[in-house]
Amino acid sequence: MNAPQPIEKTARKFMSGNEAVAQAARDAGCSVASAYPGTPSTEILEFIAAYPDIYTEWSINEKVSLEVAIGASLAGSRALCAMKHVGVNVASDALMTQTLIGAVGGLVLVVADDVGLSSSQNEQDSRYWGRFAHIPVLEPSDAQEAYEMTRLAFSLSEQFDVPVMVRLTTRICHVKGVVVNSPVEAYERKNFTKDPARYVMVPGNARKRIPLMMARDQKLSQASEAHPLNRIESGSEDCVGFVTSGAAYFHVKEAYPDAPVFKLGFSHPAPIEKIREFAATVAKLVVVEEVEPLLETELRAAGITLYGKDVLPRIGELAPQVLTPCIDKLLGKPCQDTLIETTGLFPRPPTLCVACPHLGIYYCLSHIKNTIIAGDIGCYTLGAGHPWNALDTTISMGASLSVAQGIDKGRSEADQNKNVLAVIGDSTFMHMGMQGLLDITYNQGNVTVLLLDNRAVGMTGGQNAPSSGLNIHGEPTMQVDFRKLCEALGVKPERIHEVNPYELPTLFKALREEVKIKEPSVIITNQPCVLTERYSKLPPLKVDEDRCTGCSNCLDVGCPAILVQRRETVIKPNGREKQLAFVNIDTAVCTGCNLCTNTCAPDAIIPAFNIDKINAVEVI
Amino acid sequence: MTAKKNSAAGNTGVVTNILVVGIGGQGIMTAADVLSQAALALGYDVKKTEVAGMAQRGGVVTSHVRFGEKVFSPAIRPGDTDMMIAFEPAEALRWQSHLKPGAVAMVNDYPLKPPVVSIGLYDYPEAPLVQLAQSSVKLHHFNAGEAAIELGDRRLVNSIMLGAIADHLPFPPDILEQALLNRFQRKGEALTVLNRQAFTLGRRAFNKNNYSETA
Ligand code: SF4
Ligand code: SF4
Repeated sequence: MNAPQPIEKTARKFMSGNEAVAQAARDAGCSVASAYPGTPSTEILEFIAAYPDIYTEWSINEKVSLEVAIGASLAGSRALCAMKHVGVNVASDALMTQTLIGAVGGLVLVVADDVGLSSSQNEQDSRYWGRFAHIPVLEPSDAQEAYEMTRLAFSLSEQFDVPVMVRLTTRICHVKGVVVNSPVEAYERKNFTKDPARYVMVPGNARKRIPLMMARDQKLSQASEAHPLNRIESGSEDCVGFVTSGAAYFHVKEAYPDAPVFKLGFSHPAPIEKIREFAATVAKLVVVEEVEPLLETELRAAGITLYGKDVLPRIGELAPQVLTPCIDKLLGKPCQDTLIETTGLFPRPPTLCVACPHLGIYYCLSHIKNTIIAGDIGCYTLGAGHPWNALDTTISMGASLSVAQGIDKGRSEADQNKNVLAVIGDSTFMHMGMQGLLDITYNQGNVTVLLLDNRAVGMTGGQNAPSSGLNIHGEPTMQVDFRKLCEALGVKPERIHEVNPYELPTLFKALREEVKIKEPSVIITNQPCVLTERYSKLPPLKVDEDRCTGCSNCLDVGCPAILVQRRETVIKPNGREKQLAFVNIDTAVCTGCNLCTNTCAPDAIIPAFNIDKINAVEVI
Repeated sequence: MTAKKNSAAGNTGVVTNILVVGIGGQGIMTAADVLSQAALALGYDVKKTEVAGMAQRGGVVTSHVRFGEKVFSPAIRPGDTDMMIAFEPAEALRWQSHLKPGAVAMVNDYPLKPPVVSIGLYDYPEAPLVQLAQSSVKLHHFNAGEAAIELGDRRLVNSIMLGAIADHLPFPPDILEQALLNRFQRKGEALTVLNRQAFTLGRRAFNKNNYSETA
């Protein structure tokens, strides 16, 4: 291969879409940024937090986060708020009013859709929120465009007096590509000007803003029709042309490099007339959009003939291997079956970490009979998996408590003797769970709440929250006292227990006691997430082969460091067959948390002696 | 008809597709990043994507690295992978169908069995690499896991695997080594030396020139 000549390093940066958004915010003179962590958007705020001139915060949920950005915008600063798709549902109450108020300093809402559900409870198309809230939507296709469009979003916001949404998808957020930056802008903050007729949305005032919003829609449509972000790329192919946006644009270019393409960057309001002209130039027009047939419906309603979700899949990414067979079929070309042969291999689902403080909880829950357990969003969702199989529901952030309350109040006669539990983590509890607990105490539900405080937002990588006592920069701040908080929310002091989740007997005792008592109770666990610096390792353990009876009890803990060495089938004196599994411990990863020793009757789990071999070299 | 059904690169010239696979926590993303940085230093257009999120908790992780004069889609099409770096043997097998005939597969054959295997729900394949060796890929494998532990830390497996692939890339191995060492510039001499050792160890294990046996 002929390697191109090396070019000057500084001209090009290799960045993810999330990193590019952060850099764009900095370069545009943004001074306030807020978010609640959520895959795939988390890193946006982590990158912005590295710029000392921008005030950043992990807010306790997306609604609060957007409201902080709104406040900053009204005060005259450029402000950015980032969230994942489901976060917009939470923030939508503020968003739907802010659209009437508009923006003073540029107000940018960056939303990352998890197309293909790499780690979310649903797949959802946030572009609907743009239409619903009457705000413009910009859709970058890669990191370079994420950079450019985020910068543009701030000025569009000020120009049209409107919050602007930048819609990303996982393939933008987490894809690294070459990014060229443009010069930094010195944005001059405005001052706060009192204007209650505009900022106080009582019905009388709001009513007057609606016609203004409609007029704004008109102007935005005109801007979109003329905007260079909505462009036609001509091609030599004459049987098909595409209308596309976001990550799907590159998938189309990869699969059909010679086809004419209408690329949408300013996708709402859609440039319908410009697309109509384009449609007249191609034999078959296909709208390629991830996830919903949103633009397709709009264009059809405008009388444009096209193909869309009738030939393309409704779910997941529209990668080249997905597009090609669908489009070839439409064009009447012979198409190859791109079905990937399955290997018949075992699945490797995500699981709780080695020594995770939640292991003990799930071990106990899987050993307590007669339960209905409502789960929540976050690492503890993994408790639904093997070996614990300990969750019965997972709906949305903070839902465990209120769902448990509903199960308690709605259960049939037959379920009366069941124990209803809710499992929730610390940051989730603060995000949306507190209200659920208040509902339980106020309405006297018979629910035992397990509040698993690992002092971090674990699932997204251990970010700080009020439970950690540290802010986004790792600087000390107040630390929430969950015992006092639960008490304040109406739980009786004697019904609140704080336990060390590595001490199984104490945990069992607290659980057995509380499920019997027919009133609201909370069990708080108090050990840090193993991914954070707060977690300190102990010398590892190993299994004494001579003492191990193969009972496999320790495997029920679910710690990934415990591995089966060999299996045996024995016939017991009563004639029954019994499966034995002899284990060992991967001492290189065991952190000596001692949880598994609780489960081993013959005391076969002992300290590993090669402790001096364990050193703390930092590597990549 | 100009649509190219199976072209790796569309009409954009040659694109090299590298798939890095393994398990959450093994440093797959970092390895892919180092590869990308090397290609970037040479002036290529580079795209790198990954499956993240829940995968970081011990699940399957893959990272796609694509470079060439112009790269469109960040994701490699199944069957278009030129090179695979696999950090675990069963994971190497899992992605077999994504390889081009004749692709290079560089595999760490140190197995990592997940809890679903430990508790007896599924079997770990008996000899995962035998199946891979029977296909038309150029399979190279060695126990990088052991080597890393012997060198001082299992996380060194990353640098060892990068060393192992260095002589198979369409650019000089020193470029990759430099990209790797750039990571440690701020972290001190000791780490740089250690990772250079790991890289060299990997290269020695699989230098094309004195390489004679396949699986
Ligand atoms: S002590 Fe047991 S449970 Fe804890 S990390 Fe080690 S193997 Fe896992
Ligand atoms: S609990 Fe103890 S005896 Fe039973 S399998 Fe585990 S190590 Fe062996």
